[in-house]
Amino acid sequence: MKKITLIAILCVFLSAATAFSLPINEYVLDNGLKVLILEDHKAPTATFQIWYRVGSRDEKSGKTGLSHLLEHMMFKGTTKHGPKTFSQTIRRAGGTDNAFTSRDYTGYFELLASDRISLPVDLEADRMRNLILTRDPVLSERDVVTEERRLRTEDDPQSSVFEEVMAATFKNHPYRRPVIGWMSDLGTLNPDDLLEHYRTYYAPNNAVIIVVGDVDQKQIMEKIRTSFGSIPAGLPIPAAALGEDEQRGERRVYVKKEAELPYIMTAYKVPNLSHVDGFALDVLGSILSDGKSSRLYRALVYDQQIAISAWASYEGLYRDPFVFLTGATAAQGKKIEDVERALLEEIRKISQTPPSGQEVQRAKNQVEASFVMQQDSIYMQARTIGSFEMTMGWKFVDSYLDGIRKVTAEDVSRVARKYLIDDQKTTGILIPIPKEKGS
Amino acid sequence: MNISRVLTIVPAFFILVLSLASPASAAQLAERETLPNGMVVLHAGRHSVPMVSVVMAVKAGSISEPSAKAGLAYLTAALLTEGTLKRTSREISEAIEFVGGSLSASAGADYTTVSLTVLKKDIELGFDLLSDIVRHPAFREEEVARKKKITVNMLIQQNEEPEVVASIAFSKAVFGEHPYGRQVQGTVDTIPAVTRQDLVAFHEAQYAPNTTIVSVVGDISGDELRLLLNRYFGDWQQTKLPDTTLPTVEQKKSPAVIKIDKDLTQTNVILGHLGIARSNPDYYAVSVMNYILGGGGFSSRLMDNIRDNRGLAYDVHSFFSANRYGGSFQAGLQTKNESANTAITEVIKEMRRIQTEPVSDKELSDAKSFLTGSFPLRIDSNSKIAGFNLAVEYYGLGLDFVDRYPAIINRITGEDILRVAKEYLDPVNYVLVVVGNMEKAALKY
Repeated sequence: MKKITLIAILCVFLSAATAFSLPINEYVLDNGLKVLILEDHKAPTATFQIWYRVGSRDEKSGKTGLSHLLEHMMFKGTTKHGPKTFSQTIRRAGGTDNAFTSRDYTGYFELLASDRISLPVDLEADRMRNLILTRDPVLSERDVVTEERRLRTEDDPQSSVFEEVMAATFKNHPYRRPVIGWMSDLGTLNPDDLLEHYRTYYAPNNAVIIVVGDVDQKQIMEKIRTSFGSIPAGLPIPAAALGEDEQRGERRVYVKKEAELPYIMTAYKVPNLSHVDGFALDVLGSILSDGKSSRLYRALVYDQQIAISAWASYEGLYRDPFVFLTGATAAQGKKIEDVERALLEEIRKISQTPPSGQEVQRAKNQVEASFVMQQDSIYMQARTIGSFEMTMGWKFVDSYLDGIRKVTAEDVSRVARKYLIDDQKTTGILIPIPKEKGS
Repeated sequence: MNISRVLTIVPAFFILVLSLASPASAAQLAERETLPNGMVVLHAGRHSVPMVSVVMAVKAGSISEPSAKAGLAYLTAALLTEGTLKRTSREISEAIEFVGGSLSASAGADYTTVSLTVLKKDIELGFDLLSDIVRHPAFREEEVARKKKITVNMLIQQNEEPEVVASIAFSKAVFGEHPYGRQVQGTVDTIPAVTRQDLVAFHEAQYAPNTTIVSVVGDISGDELRLLLNRYFGDWQQTKLPDTTLPTVEQKKSPAVIKIDKDLTQTNVILGHLGIARSNPDYYAVSVMNYILGGGGFSSRLMDNIRDNRGLAYDVHSFFSANRYGGSFQAGLQTKNESANTAITEVIKEMRRIQTEPVSDKELSDAKSFLTGSFPLRIDSNSKIAGFNLAVEYYGLGLDFVDRYPAIINRITGEDILRVAKEYLDPVNYVLVVVGNMEKAALKY
């Protein structure tokens, strides 16, 4: 086991009176398990989280949704602890727990009063190795996930558009697949698929533990070493198939569904934050979209009143290059074609004329303030550390803030010109089908 | 080495560690003060992050509006940030967003909440904006027209959300003419009827220091806060509040079933009835009972039965919404249309079971140990503390509530659970709302 001590200086840009740093400590056990600890004693609570480097990007065609179904199965019992006991044990201790699956990672977390924070350590170590994956519980949980998909996607018109846009944006790269899985795949997932996925990816060398809160790091490290130290490292993690050919021309998809208002979403292929243009794309997203003083709200919602919401978002915190999104919901009686034209007009404007110094500074201030304010929550801090660690590495937080600070107005225009171009975009439109009257 | 470096940068960080070494108690949670103009101030200094959160509750919720003008309280709150006598809508949003802060207002049934979060260095600007929007909103005609239009659009779009459709229908059926029976946002029929004069009059009548609680948490001392309050709210004049008389609501004498047909793959179900007010002495026994029935996530019976054992739903829950002037109970779930009947049958079965059989000792002790043991998580951030203190004040729970809570929960017995289940659950005369494909659901209810 080796220990690396590092301090992430987060907010040197603030005045001396408010400067502070986040002392995150990194440890790596012999079996490859990485541990990141941030002591924060504001309140007598703590969060224990374990993140696995596996998500929908690691799934095979025809078996989409496997990572997410496995996340569900992780609560269904091990050879040591019976079914239904995990969450009940945490709750009995006054804690809450949950999990999340993304394209790049799967994370599990517990929140507890800090004097009980060693409780989840054994439980997480146990379910890293000893999960039971038998037929009946798998089939039953598959039904639950099917209901989850109906709830989140099938019966949600705007989510359906997002799913279709992603599927059209990428022809080959696994980012094209929905994390929850296609409905037609869910029915085919079986215990063997899950077992293989579990054995391949759930190993100390593919996991990162993150602890934030009112803990003594010596104590919690000792506990982690005792619980996880004896788990052998797994085989090297297979590389996902990540090819994607160049896009040559705009793609358009339509979703026809019972809905009230037309909706549009456009995805532009862009680099992730490991590329220097990522910072300017992030500032661009903020200028277009953050708050009521942002350009899209101002133009489409406030001035022209053709949309009831309009937004943009740079999705840069991914392992592979992903997308810059724009979207809007048309106001009643307004044509989606006009909404699309107005969105494109805003992109044209910012491509041609750099934003004002005030706009760029506002975007920077918002990023910096949000980094300070998220320290109000141990959970948010852990989520930020985790999502950076899974994609760029946690130390990238420093480079991120640094990179944002260096962005100029001309950079913003330049990346808009370079990436937000018609031939690289995929547009999805929701066409509402009038509903039939209820009884 | 690491520690010494941190110490030189932020000694305050470690001082705070010592002061919070023992669990937080009420004395540390807030200082309470009433200003000469009647405004109640709750202050909790927490200095480890250079930010301040302010939450203000003004007794200007939808219970204070006439039903023909449903949405008046909502529009009034929504227009606070859209222009004051000296600032335009744009000036307000640019000022607060430039410093990475947030300022928002939204109406609830009982009160309207105005929230401010800023970095410590921007606290003066924050209070200036906060007092300006609360005290001097302009309600300019063009802003009123714009907000009404957006509100109508949002009400239309809500029809895309089956859970919202179900919830609106449920409240209406349970509460009838009581203000809790209508949506705070109003309806597509009432919003157009609201005029600028209505908004000005409502603001003048309802927004006053003597109807306001302000809860402040963060990197600000009592002296600093007093100064700001004096400067920005000191000359705010009291008003005499108009009396609000609320209609009484009768418990149903027969079941009511509301079916809303939509082209959906799932049926959304809400089953419930009138509940209790927050002041009901049985509130805590009801909380424990509901935790076991459907409030306790994976520890609850509804989740165990309907999700874990049957795989019928992703989300199934129950809750008592207990407010100042009454409340409701509801169990809710979404399941594929074809299994709606089974799921509803199981909900009713579980309601009956908890009314007729005592809960097990393990269920009772698990529920108690969660409710008491999770308390630190309810107050572990500025924003949570600000909201918590506000609720403590609004419902008159007393600032020692944190200290008293465990004993209140721990003395609840299995007999209490059985008694309150019998008294406050009604598996016969319920309101059942279903939103889904009615042909496929083929409801037998």
